[in-house]
Amino acid sequence: MKPQPLALKALSVISVLLFLSALGMVFFYAPLEITMNYVQKIFYFHIANAWVGMLGFIAAAVAGVLYLVKHDQKWDIVGLAAVEISLVFFLIAIISGSIWARPTWGAYWTWEPRLTTAAILEMVYIAYLLLRQGIDDPDRRARFSAVYTLIGSISVPITFMSIRLFRTIHPVVIGTNSSASTGSFDMTSKMLVTMFFALFSFSVIFITLFWHRIRQGQLAQQVEQLKLEELQ
Amino acid sequence: MLEYSISIKYMLAGYGVILTVLALYIISLFTRWRSLKRDLQTLNEFQKKQ
Repeated sequence: MKPQPLALKALSVISVLLFLSALGMVFFYAPLEITMNYVQKIFYFHIANAWVGMLGFIAAAVAGVLYLVKHDQKWDIVGLAAVEISLVFFLIAIISGSIWARPTWGAYWTWEPRLTTAAILEMVYIAYLLLRQGIDDPDRRARFSAVYTLIGSISVPITFMSIRLFRTIHPVVIGTNSSASTGSFDMTSKMLVTMFFALFSFSVIFITLFWHRIRQGQLAQQVEQLKLEELQ
Repeated sequence: MLEYSISIKYMLAGYGVILTVLALYIISLFTRWRSLKRDLQTLNEFQKKQ
């Protein structure tokens, strides 16, 4: 395994700095929202985590297409890395959203369209990880994973559009809120800047973790090959 | 308007979860990497002996 590239080391340091800067902006730059006050500050990281979560699921689908076209195992490694990291970020988005919902809606969870589609999306990709483990043959596993991530990615636009298509209490950040929406607020320019900075920071953090996870996948593949050679 | 004490409690819980889950994932990445490195080293040593 090649030593860690300098670019990845630099990206790791930049990611830590961006994360701390985003935290600083949330707490010291963004103004306090009048109705929800402090709890509204969850919004910045909630939306950033949901964004990178969905981004990764789409990246996995792209890797799936590339595997089906090129039949190269490296795209399976890329797809797995994207799904694993996205699951973590999307889980954070779901949990942080629930915590924000408790004082705003009066309940941690309600089966409204956005929350329901988000839960389905998370479960679709948890199932991907579980089902993958049941296939021993690397080629069959990669083919299955590629097709699965392609079909699974359909749930990403459904989740994203759910608050725009259905009557829901979940607020819409960009666009028109549903009449049933609860917890929406008018964003000031400082809030917008903080939101976009958090989105940018988490995108960089995602790329860094993605790169680390791909390298780990390559190392795992190397170990798996050596084990197979030992068995033969 | 939400009471400040309640609002702060939920905000801290939210950021607590975000930081904890991210930290756990990074620790899991690190431990898995270390364990794979150890496996690779063992397998290479085994091959050399053979």
